[in-house]
Parts: sequence; structure tokens; C-alpha cells
Amino acid sequence: MKTTQILIAGFGGQGILFAGKFLAYKGLLEDLQVSWLPSYGPEMRGGTANCSVILSDDPVGSPIITDPDVLIVMNLPSLQKYADTVVPGGQIYVDSTLISEKVVRDDVQVFYIPATQMAGDAGVSTLANMIMMGCVLKNNPELSFDGTEETVKKLVPPKKAALVDLNLKALELGRDYAG
Amino acid sequence: MAERILMKGNEAIAEAAIRAGCRHYFGYPITPQTEIAAYMAKKMPKIGGVFLQAESEIASINMVYGAAAAGMRVMTSSSSPGISLKSEGLSYIAGSDVPAFVVNVQRGGPGLGGIQPSQSDYFQATKGGGHGDYHMIVLAPASVQEMASLTIKGFNLADKYRMTAMILADGTIGQMMEPISFEDAEIENYEKPWALTGTKMERTHNIVNSLYLKPDELERTNFERFARYKTIEENEVLYEEYMMDGAEVCVVAFGIAARVAKNAVAAARSEGIQAGLIRPITLWPFPKAPLRRAAGQVKAFVSVELSMGQMIEDIRLATECTRPVSLCNRTGGMIPSPGQVLESIREAAKGGN
Repeated sequence: MKTTQILIAGFGGQGILFAGKFLAYKGLLEDLQVSWLPSYGPEMRGGTANCSVILSDDPVGSPIITDPDVLIVMNLPSLQKYADTVVPGGQIYVDSTLISEKVVRDDVQVFYIPATQMAGDAGVSTLANMIMMGCVLKNNPELSFDGTEETVKKLVPPKKAALVDLNLKALELGRDYAG
Repeated sequence: MAERILMKGNEAIAEAAIRAGCRHYFGYPITPQTEIAAYMAKKMPKIGGVFLQAESEIASINMVYGAAAAGMRVMTSSSSPGISLKSEGLSYIAGSDVPAFVVNVQRGGPGLGGIQPSQSDYFQATKGGGHGDYHMIVLAPASVQEMASLTIKGFNLADKYRMTAMILADGTIGQMMEPISFEDAEIENYEKPWALTGTKMERTHNIVNSLYLKPDELERTNFERFARYKTIEENEVLYEEYMMDGAEVCVVAFGIAARVAKNAVAAARSEGIQAGLIRPITLWPFPKAPLRRAAGQVKAFVSVELSMGQMIEDIRLATECTRPVSLCNRTGGMIPSPGQVLESIREAAKGGN
């Protein structure tokens, strides 16, 4: 039995909820049990946004995450708020373009990815979120990179099909980042 | 099996309602249930249905009353303060014995309260809300799949017993996405000879009304209605038992609280405490018999609620206070953590005889 609790946090507008949906759909295609829970309300309109995704071999109990196995942060307030909640042995992914602070804990794996910078350089400036996701997939073998294209196609509405390739490009950038 | 798709709880209600044959939706927007209205606004015009955003909650519930009187499968949805506004209409619907389907995706209260999840409308839903002697069938989903299945069930029960069936959900279940598969909806069709469909000069007029100025007549309608309620209490109770084998502590929780409680019960078992869970799926009719049975087995109950403690009264009544019932709660939009529930289970396991 394996359960992975993933918390993604940042500003509204960074695609936090979309990144969570990507992981949820990825889990769905891999026949896992899945829950996706967004923060909702005023924080979505410019403040902080976060999203809890649970992927499990068993039915998901509470969809609310208090101690994440994996934390992805895309702004400083989120790092400060959640860094201490990650379970020992867990993972923290930091967008180091937007967050210059370092994680002070030594009992977790930390990945610094200049995702916002990389996205701008590659001409996919709105897809820093997916660069982060590419890195998450690489470091979580049970999620694997296979089926990524199928997952993205599920997520992107047919009218915006052109975005599929851009999302895949961003995911690959994240996967290939050597840091 | 049908394909698994990801859907928000609110959207699952809307899709299931359409599959259940609902073609009339009247509402007024309020967080955290607005996705239901948004989904209906998009879908209803394409399938020949009616989506109407009324000028107020009071108007929308009276539109439901009207369409229900005409024999249509009809619904409205709202969140706590909006349901208070609709309560007058719910009483009229009850007094007129017409079927309606209503969704309350609860938020913190009282007053305008907040927009985060809550279960503090338990009393309002199960004990009346509007004035007069009446009940609604109250269904409490704990997953996105149940948001759909209990919606279909709710429409069927409403028609079967000519009364309101209410989904009592909360902001979390409404907003979260989970995989769901839509099996073919089992739509039960009930004749509605009382409906206002036009006489076509072939029958006498039907009258749908809740006004009875002769008290003996009004009393008779109430007696008849409560005879029907008794049938419902005997036949329509739904609940889930989880790890109740050999349980010494019984946690009772519904909706999102039950999801949290399941984690805590599993954690308690893994540290050697014999805990189990009874999850009421119908809040009215309340699963009294399973709780009474559990009282003969366990030494204590823990009621987990997102309120100041409302269902706890029904647990005490069902078990006739033969075992201690403690409360584990958060309110105002907060949710207890599995750790908090586990601590309450530990306390309950220590106490008792």
C-alpha cells in the first residue's frame, strides 16, 4: 500500500490548481485512487492558492493534507508556511527564480528549480508550473514520465490543442533540468 | 464499468440530476456551490431544459414549488444562508406534498458566516428549518461518487414519497475532484395523478395547496404525512459501517467528517485501540437501529462534527444515553484533523466502564 500526499502552493494565476489537476489525471490514468482539493474563495483572486492531491493504491480517506510527502512551492509565503509540515524523508520543490530563501531542514530532499526563469527563456512563460511538475515526475518513479502526453491531452480542452505541445515542452524541461 | 472521469462534487450533482431526468433548475449563486448553477447554465439549454437564475433565493424556491406542482423533476441548490431564505418555500412544499430536490453545500455560520466548509445546518436540515410539522429526506454524501449516486436516489425518493429530498454536503465535498463513473441512472417513474397538468376537460381540477382553515382537516393531513414518514423511517435508512468488528469505541460521522474519521479509526486500530465508524448516509431518517445495536457492543461513542455538536443529540437519543457520547469538533469553516479525532478516540477508549 502506497499513498502520496502532494501539496502545491503559490500565487493565484501561477497555474497551481492546473498543476494539481495534471497530477490527479496522471494518477487516474495509472488506475490509482485520486483526490484533488483546491483552496477556494478570496485567495484565488490574487492571493495565495494551494491545492492538495492524494494518489493512493487504496481508497483515499481524508482529502485534506496536513503533512505532505511532497511540497511544491512557487512563492515565499508558501515555503514559509508549509516547509515545516513536510514529513521527514519527504521532498520539497522550490521555484528558485521567485524564492531566494533556502530550506533549512536537513531531513528532507530539496530541489531548487529556476522554473520561472526557464519558462521565460524557453518562450513558455506561463508554464513554470509544468516545469516544476516535470521535475516532480522525474523524482517520483511511481508516477513515471510515461503517459504524460495522454494526460496533458485530457487536461487541455480541444479548442486549445496548440497548448498540448507547449505543456509537454515545459514538462520535458523540468525532467531534464540537472540543477 | 463506465469510464472513470475526474469531476468536482458540485458538477457531479448537476450531471447526475440531468441523468435523473431533471430538466428544471432554479437558483441563485452563492459560494461554495456555484459550479452546480454554472453547469446547469451550460447544459440545460442544449437538452431542452430550463436554467433560470432567479432574482433571489425566495423566488427560486417558489419556482421549484411551481414546477414540482406541475409534476416536473425540479431542483434548486444553495449554501447555508441561501437555504435559510428558502426555508419558507420548503415548508410550503412539505405542506403541499409535492416532490422537490434541494442541495445545501454548507458553509460556516450563523449569519452570513464564511465560505469554508461546515456541517452546522444539521439541525436545520433534519429538524425542519421551515415552520410546521414536517421532515425532509436528508442525504449526506462523503465522496464525489456519492454526490452523484445520492442525487439520483434523492430524485427517486422525492417522487416516491412526494416530499423534498435534500443533499446536505459541505464546501469540501463540493469543491474537491475525485474519479467518478456514471453508471446508467436507475430512474424510478412514479405516476403523478395529483399534478397540475391541465384537465383537458377530461377530469376534475387538481389543487396543490398548503392552506387548510379547518383544523381537523389540517390535522388529518399531518397524520397522513407522518404515517408516510414512518414508512420512510422503516425502509429508507442508509448507513455505512467501517471496522465495527469487535469495536469498543464507535465514531459517528457523516460527510467530510467521516472521511477524516476513517483515517483516525485506521490509525487507532494500528495502535491497538478497537475503534470503528458508523457513517450515517441518511441523516433523516437517522440510522437509529445500528447505533442502538452498537451501544450493546461498544463502551463509548465519539461524534465528529463540523459544528458545535448537533448530530450528537440524535446519537444520544438513538442510544438512549446508555453509553457516553463525546464530541470531537471544529466549526466556523475549520475541519478536525485525523490527529484530533485520534486523540478523542484514545480518550473515549480510556473512559467508560
